[in-house]
Amino acid sequence: MSAPPLLAIDNLSIGYAAADGMRVVVHQVSLTLDRGERLGIVGESGCGKSTLALALLGFVRRGGQRLGGTVRLDGADIFRLPPDAVQRLRGRRIALVPQNAGQALSPGMPVGDQIAEVLQTHLGWSRQVARSHASHWLARVELPDPPALLRRFPHELSGGQQQRVAIAMALAAEPALVVLDEPTTGLDATTQQQVLALLGELVAASGTALVVVSHDLGVIARCSDRMAVMYAGEVVEHGATDATLTVPRHPYTRGLLASVPQLASAGIPATLPGMPPVPARLRPAGCAFAPRCAWADAQCRTTAPAPGGGGGTVVRCHHWRRAGAAGAAVVTAPPRPIAPSGATPHLSLCGVTVSYARPGVLDWFRAPRQPTARPAVSDVTLALAPGTTLALVGESGSGKSTLARTIAGLERASAGTLHSLDDDLSLPVHRRPHELRRRIQLIFQNPDAALNPRHPVATILARPLRVFHRLSAADIRRRSVALLEQMRLGEEYLGRLPGQLSGGEKQRVAIARAFIVEPAIVLCDEVVSALDVSVQAAVLQLLIELQQRHRVSYLFIAHDLAVVRAIADTVAVLYRGHVCELGSAAQVFTPPFHPYTASLLQAARLAPGAPGAGPPAVDTGRGCPFVDRCPRRIEPLCGQQPPPWRTTAPGHRIRCHLPPEQLDQTGMPPHADWRST
Amino acid sequence: MLRLVIQRGLLALATLVLVSLVIFGATEVLPGDVASAILGREATPARLAALRAELGLDQPAPSRYFEWLGGAVRGDFGRSLARPAAPVGPLIAERMRVTGWLALIATLIGVPLALGLGISAGLLRDHPADLAISVVALVAQSVPEFVIGALLILAFGITWPILPAVTVVSSDAPLAALAPNLVLPAATLVIVMTAYVLRMVRGSLIDVLDSEYIHMATLKGLPHRRVIAAHALPNALLPTINAVALTVAWLIGGVVVVETVFNLPGVGRLMVSAVEDRDLPLVQALGLLGAACYIGINLLADLATLWLSPRLRARQR
Amino acid sequence: MSAAAPRRPWAATAWHAWRRARRSPGMLPGMLVLALHLMAALAAPLIVPHSPTAIAPERALAGPSPAHPFGNDRFGRDLLSRVMLGGRIAIAIGLTGGAIAVLLGGLVGVLVGYLGGLTDELVMRLVDALIAIPGLLLLLVVVTGLGNGYGVILLAMVLSYAPGAARVARAAAHEYVPRDFITAARARGEHALAVAGLELWPNVVGVLLVEFAMRTSWIVLSVSGLSFLGFGVNPPTPDWGLMIAENRSMLALAPWGVVFPLAAMATLVVALNLVADGLAQLLGVDRTTEAR
Repeated sequence: MSAPPLLAIDNLSIGYAAADGMRVVVHQVSLTLDRGERLGIVGESGCGKSTLALALLGFVRRGGQRLGGTVRLDGADIFRLPPDAVQRLRGRRIALVPQNAGQALSPGMPVGDQIAEVLQTHLGWSRQVARSHASHWLARVELPDPPALLRRFPHELSGGQQQRVAIAMALAAEPALVVLDEPTTGLDATTQQQVLALLGELVAASGTALVVVSHDLGVIARCSDRMAVMYAGEVVEHGATDATLTVPRHPYTRGLLASVPQLASAGIPATLPGMPPVPARLRPAGCAFAPRCAWADAQCRTTAPAPGGGGGTVVRCHHWRRAGAAGAAVVTAPPRPIAPSGATPHLSLCGVTVSYARPGVLDWFRAPRQPTARPAVSDVTLALAPGTTLALVGESGSGKSTLARTIAGLERASAGTLHSLDDDLSLPVHRRPHELRRRIQLIFQNPDAALNPRHPVATILARPLRVFHRLSAADIRRRSVALLEQMRLGEEYLGRLPGQLSGGEKQRVAIARAFIVEPAIVLCDEVVSALDVSVQAAVLQLLIELQQRHRVSYLFIAHDLAVVRAIADTVAVLYRGHVCELGSAAQVFTPPFHPYTASLLQAARLAPGAPGAGPPAVDTGRGCPFVDRCPRRIEPLCGQQPPPWRTTAPGHRIRCHLPPEQLDQTGMPPHADWRST
Repeated sequence: MLRLVIQRGLLALATLVLVSLVIFGATEVLPGDVASAILGREATPARLAALRAELGLDQPAPSRYFEWLGGAVRGDFGRSLARPAAPVGPLIAERMRVTGWLALIATLIGVPLALGLGISAGLLRDHPADLAISVVALVAQSVPEFVIGALLILAFGITWPILPAVTVVSSDAPLAALAPNLVLPAATLVIVMTAYVLRMVRGSLIDVLDSEYIHMATLKGLPHRRVIAAHALPNALLPTINAVALTVAWLIGGVVVVETVFNLPGVGRLMVSAVEDRDLPLVQALGLLGAACYIGINLLADLATLWLSPRLRARQR
Repeated sequence: MSAAAPRRPWAATAWHAWRRARRSPGMLPGMLVLALHLMAALAAPLIVPHSPTAIAPERALAGPSPAHPFGNDRFGRDLLSRVMLGGRIAIAIGLTGGAIAVLLGGLVGVLVGYLGGLTDELVMRLVDALIAIPGLLLLLVVVTGLGNGYGVILLAMVLSYAPGAARVARAAAHEYVPRDFITAARARGEHALAVAGLELWPNVVGVLLVEFAMRTSWIVLSVSGLSFLGFGVNPPTPDWGLMIAENRSMLALAPWGVVFPLAAMATLVVALNLVADGLAQLLGVDRTTEAR
């Protein structure tokens, strides 16, 4: 008899107790993993993938319980082992890299001790030996100055550094299997890229097996040999990663792949109808995906499909042969008419600088804050043509949201001018004319925070109408219903509270609230980044429809380059408050690139090759803002002189000391590539 | 750190000045004034005017306030009205000893007891022992101090007379004579204080035990004991420093009642008799003293929390 | 929840609330005892078996009997009647004082929590100062200054308990102020009062309801404490605190003089606490940050 596989999950089901009974979150999952293998688990929010990840360590959150099935590690059923035996396995044979390292690291203990205690517990090492080994691990995860870092507390580290500490903590006792729960979610694209590269090297060197759980197909593509697609708590498709991504068999996998925007092509991806399901007390009699499936028939609605397929692929679908043979998923890309370039811009910014206010007298009494050395937005000049979309791209902290808030009158520009047609936008919002406030509307990133949780949809939509138009109650209702219809939400939604809506529905209500007063300019701040991929495409589609219907202009803020590629007419790339590249979408996404744009594109493709190589340059504050991370900086010029604007084509400008002909070295790949969302 | 200490210190001082304004305002806006309170039936317009002039009551309120505050800063709270010869300061100082011992004993017993019970209840969440502790704490919080005191007297002073039911010693009695008289009052304060702090500790521990970092500590394979001792308790107990300081407010109010119940010659009893006599300077001084205790202890708790939390220790370096 | 969202959201919300309420085991008994107390306080003058102030020396310190189920005090007064009537003043001051304190403190807290800046700083300093005077001392200071009428006691209670409510409301408001629906309201140019009243208030009202229950119970205790010290309700008016104070010297001889008013007061306070705990669970209020 051969040795048991490293990990064997057999028919595992997990449920959570709710007021009305048990909600099944993981349903009859069976998977195996051998030594050194890398398994990816992909799915949208609520599909049960995180619950499954924790169950591999024999852990179920409070309120949940294992309903059936087994998880065997080296042949031992982890749910039936005595507690101290399980504790001996955790961290030693199987380790976890948690979803949010910032919350998973103990706030009151130096990170060095947190790594060392794993070694002390499992290997019986002394504190001193364990600490020096921890220091060694901090160096291996490429953190600077490990001896000093050992004594730091988690809150003193950046998100990327916290994630690296969590990886070091998981790998320290050299476990046979590491479970990564959304290992890079919440990190900037470039950081994410670096963390994944590092993880790849470490695991390849030690032969550790991996289970990577993510919503991000790019991460799965990069980090796994085999992948499992989860939907409604079930594994609906399971096979080799390459094969699954090129020839998806299950209709859900196909829809999911198709709904991811592509860097290589403009246009809105195909949308999956409907919403991801929430865990239900009663599982549907038939296939859980049937309500959203184009191939669904009577059989799908009555009988749950058994696992089928062949050639190393397992599919839970009655029609996988037909669905799999239906040709590659197509991206619908209707080219949109670009507005005439001669039109007067709806919005024009000239030399706008925003720095946060100097500390006042009372600030002395508050906790000391970081001094705001550089302005959040610096000397930005942009124009937004009527009916078009201008995208602001950059990592977190690039000042893109501050710019939107300034346009909305919520922050004050400390220098420069802002105009919308004849209106002066340098006035704070409470001093702006009524009409101007109506013409500029906002949509936010997080639909949970954007809607008042205690107001039903009717109230949410009625309030702007009361403020900006004097309408009767009947008119308000009529307009609300009409707009909800454009959002593809029925009249019955008027009475619902935000807590009763899904993420996509909430965002539609938030969009409706912006459009109900017929604005001319809509500031969209990361409006799809909190949504599931399959929902994201539908919201993008909706935004395009609304733009064509109402002739509005969008200022579209995003960190996701593929989403920007899908929706933008013009693109401005921001780094630390400075615009470093500006042009039409086609121009910005093809060479020549600003070095920062190039590194963003590389990171978005999860391509290897770490940006920001070399020691940080001395930043005098006078030179190029990107100098400290630029792989192509010219010493000492870039650190001392502000770079010039170089026009490479009509409408395309790059701010760099390098001449344009030297900037086109990073080409786009010839074909679509799996990237991060 | 120094900057923070100065900041918090100044803030506390500003609060104390505001407190003095509130106390002065509340006692001096009354329609009748101190002079008529003193003279009572013997008041004639001439004698009233003379006494007002003597007490400085003919001055406008702001100047009287500043005079009072100026005196208070120098430790001079004026003279008692009910005991005309006695300056307020020494009157209070004399009584402080008893109250100080009482508060010290109650705190030294109550805080460890509350921590122990609160931690046990939090760790045994939803276990019958937790339920029992929580129910007893809720009931103890719902019964006024004077009732607890009366019940203790009934039990240990009358039914099973091992301790004096009512104090007969004076405030300057030696500690050995005083001590038996302090047992029951301290026990009363301990019961009330423990009930409150215990609930805070339990709630804080339960929150921490549900946090991601405790899950992570478990999933690292640490033994349960280490998860609790190294990860849960330090983080759960930090916020309770402030909770303990807040109970000082309860303690100060409780002292008034408990000293009355047990006839203890402390500051609390002095307050009650001052209110009975409408002895304004004494009431003002005692009010200010109570607030100063409260502000001082909360300032210390604040600084202790800041000092113990890694966020601040890190900033020191 | 999306697909199966019920037709009538309010009915569903109520149903959901009821389910959650049942998970808080003390809620129902608490409500029941509270209702009994309120009914007794309202109806007592009509249904008391004897006059609460009628003196009968021959029955002084008599124990419970069929005619006088709770016994008699040292003046021979009927304790059942006195206990039934003894909560009226405390309950009345507790409910009105609690309501005024929570409404006033809540409004101020929400408004300054939203406005921030100098207004917030100044108002909160005053709040800090009021909180810094330990409860009973503040009550005594006010009573010394203004005398001990019911109006003064009510004022003292509000002064003593509104600042804590303001702190709680401000903290609750701070949780919502950074959210984008407030940003949206600001971008519409809404007045601060509209933002505080229409957007923030509905979100903090649950917290304040819990505070109301808690503060009412504290005021009941404070009123009895004042009466005990002799600065609250004046004899011979029946009041639980006063009754306990009067009868405690006779505790060994006639325990019923203390036991019955104490039981009445304790059940009321426990009931209020249970209701507050239940409400907190029901409304999902985080109670780790309690201020006085």
